Amino acid sequence: MENQLTNLLAPYMGQKGVTIQVLQKVQEELGYLPREAIDEIARSLRIPPSEIFGVISFYSQFRTTPRGKHIVRVCRGTACHVRGGGAVLDQIKRELNIEENETTPDLEYTIETVACIGACALAPAMVIDEDTFGQMTPGKIPNLFVAQKQGEGQDA
Amino acid sequence: MPDHENPSEQSDGKRSILICQALGCLSSHSDRIQTAIEAEISQLELADSVNVKLTGCPGLCQEGPIVLIEPEGTFYARVKPEDAPDIAQSMLPDGQVVERLLYHGDDGQPIRNYADIPYYVKQQHIVLRNCGHINPEEIDDYIAVSGYEALKKVLADMAPEQVVEEVTKSGIRGRGGAGFPAGRKWAEARKSTKEPKYVICNADEGDPGAFMDRSTLESDPHTVIEGMIIAGYAIGSDTGYIYVRAEYPLAIKRLKIALKQAEGRGLLGDNILGSGFSFTLQIREGAGAFVCGEASALMYSIEGKRGMPRVKPPRSVESGLWGLPTSLNNVKTFASVPVIILRGADWYAGIGTPNSTGTAVFALTGKIVNSGLIEVPMGMTLREIIFDIGGGLIGGKEFKAVQTGGPSGGCLPASALDLPVDFDSLNEAGSIMGSGGMVVVDEDTCMVDLARYFLEFTQEESCGKCVPCRIGTELVLEILDRITNGEGKPGDIELLEEYGDVIAKGSLCGLGKSAPNPVLSTIKYFRDEYEAHINEKRCPAGACRALTSFYINPEACRACMLCFESCPVEAVDGWLRTIHIVLQEKCIKCGSCYDVCPSLYNAIVKVPVIEVPQPPMPGTKVPRKKRSKC
Ligand SMILES: Cc1cc2nc3c(=O)[nH]c(=O)nc-3n(C[C@H](O)[C@H](O)[C@H](O)COP(=O)(O)O)c2cc1C
Ligand code: FES
Repeated sequence: MENQLTNLLAPYMGQKGVTIQVLQKVQEELGYLPREAIDEIARSLRIPPSEIFGVISFYSQFRTTPRGKHIVRVCRGTACHVRGGGAVLDQIKRELNIEENETTPDLEYTIETVACIGACALAPAMVIDEDTFGQMTPGKIPNLFVAQKQGEGQDA
Repeated sequence: MPDHENPSEQSDGKRSILICQALGCLSSHSDRIQTAIEAEISQLELADSVNVKLTGCPGLCQEGPIVLIEPEGTFYARVKPEDAPDIAQSMLPDGQVVERLLYHGDDGQPIRNYADIPYYVKQQHIVLRNCGHINPEEIDDYIAVSGYEALKKVLADMAPEQVVEEVTKSGIRGRGGAGFPAGRKWAEARKSTKEPKYVICNADEGDPGAFMDRSTLESDPHTVIEGMIIAGYAIGSDTGYIYVRAEYPLAIKRLKIALKQAEGRGLLGDNILGSGFSFTLQIREGAGAFVCGEASALMYSIEGKRGMPRVKPPRSVESGLWGLPTSLNNVKTFASVPVIILRGADWYAGIGTPNSTGTAVFALTGKIVNSGLIEVPMGMTLREIIFDIGGGLIGGKEFKAVQTGGPSGGCLPASALDLPVDFDSLNEAGSIMGSGGMVVVDEDTCMVDLARYFLEFTQEESCGKCVPCRIGTELVLEILDRITNGEGKPGDIELLEEYGDVIAKGSLCGLGKSAPNPVLSTIKYFRDEYEAHINEKRCPAGACRALTSFYINPEACRACMLCFESCPVEAVDGWLRTIHIVLQEKCIKCGSCYDVCPSLYNAIVKVPVIEVPQPPMPGTKVPRKKRSKC
């Protein structure tokens, strides 16, 4: 961990106001912010870990637990809400049997919600990894995940 | 688009095929369209006379993926990669326009030129002037449409005070929501004697139903950069920050490309164009906190801290980032600056209304036919925006309300449709101009639920620093939860009004001060809906799940199986020729069946939970002459 982070942290040493940038960088690298990484950041930047935890807990972007292989992002924006986005989210939770910000036990899927992804014209919208899906209905959800899993099987 | 020079008339005399690759169209894989068209063009050996390029958003996202042919202005809608051969053929000297891909008007007739599409006719593009017409990843495209001319003019011919004066004279008010006069902010920042000073662009775009700023950055990043450099020169700053939400990776990518290109041309950095003025720009990514859109919180966030607003004064123009003078503006404010400089303050001030000059950009969404990005002169009525430009409501349904300003704004009813849209009149009516979200809703949207939706958002996003906002929003949300669950009590409405008043008056920053707006405006205009929930345990829109059941009218059901197939939890009983029944104990009320039931039958109805009629016996057959052919 230490070695992995040393190079990453080097450019930020001795600079002011870089906590958020550093956390973003480390999370991008590791996928989440494990305890050891936070301690290492604190040591390198000479900031108390408590202050870093304060920043992590304030911003919803930061995660301290690992995420699934696939990120399912459901739009909770206004346009999607008025076109039935809530029911779509509920159905996804039911399908994957997890709540928002949780990861399936097999580490395949994590459900997140985001504010407007900018595909309002296609509301309700959701994103799985890089692919955007528009005009969703709860009824389309089961097949969507079946197709996704099959697609993977073929890739492998 | 009147008053809008065609920006992509290239000096090289080539025709262009422009393929929108802003997020909306990209999500329908418009990048593959470009690859396909490029292949066809090279096969037809047209590469010498035709440019194929990616652009940002031309606005009419509903009809995406969009392909534009310029200089003719031919507009192709809903294009697929398979259409590439036909589009390429059309570029041959004797090529024909591809009729089937043209946008079709209400009368079913194809419209050839995009400027004649009703959606565009009433618009006036200043902020969005280049969106959809230039390649945002090519600085030469921007330069070809007078890009960086304003910067050159400012550096060569204008003293910083003159620039401030010009912006002041234009009357432009900040486009981030509050509408503070930009010229006044710049003048105050200029007056501050402490150094260094900072310029910040607010691209946090917190309104959860809006994408104007993102689209502007994705489609025309250089105009924002140019506006910021001019601001730096005007106030005497040599450093700027663009604070963009991390959820906008494409905008960040294109900004980075643009910054590099601008540096490469000597338009950013030391001694810009030999003028002696230096300015550098950095990007900071937001980390997912709505309150960081508030100016003082945003500055703490750039400092790497928790982004909590602070008490004012001191104002940011005296003591902002790192305690130094800082001038912060919204993306669209900066994007307007180059135009104001080039065409003059008087020209700009002549657009819009005396108190709200210029244009307003909206993300027009919801139950509207033409969803997308629009820009109109201030003072246009809501009716013109929603019906003439937006094309009215989907399925010809009844207009119920329009929401502007997101979580800080309010809902206006049909009686407000003739209101001119500007900062002051929307305020008076109980909403706000906001930063540009405009969500139209119809009879199927419950206004109490909509208020609850926004309160849930603000409650989650409240930073917790001040009590009225932290506790107040929680109390209000609790009441709204109860009402929408059918547990409302007499007196709840009055309580909401009282709490709303306390939160608005007692909160520290704009988040709290404006948080009650969605509730208060819906009580003001839709009080009867609140009363129906509380007194009759009924949701008139049939949207609140605890109060609504779905029921299949046996007289109307044709046993077409569509609802049966669409139900995610097998709560529809029935078979071919057998009348379908909703099994209430299994039903999760997701509304899938309601959405798929053919409008020809309209067999599925929403009824209050307490009034669900007895369904027919399972297995009851549909009378022979009524059977579905589906
Ligand atoms: C809770 C809250 C969120 C805000 N979010 C944004 C935002 O996302 N974008 C924005 O430009 N302004 C936002 N503002 C307004 C800013 O505080 C500030 O007034 C604005 O960015 C100034 O730029 P302007 O003068 O060009 O409008 C927000 C204000 C509050 C109170
Ligand atoms: S509100 Fe969901 S994409 Fe905009």
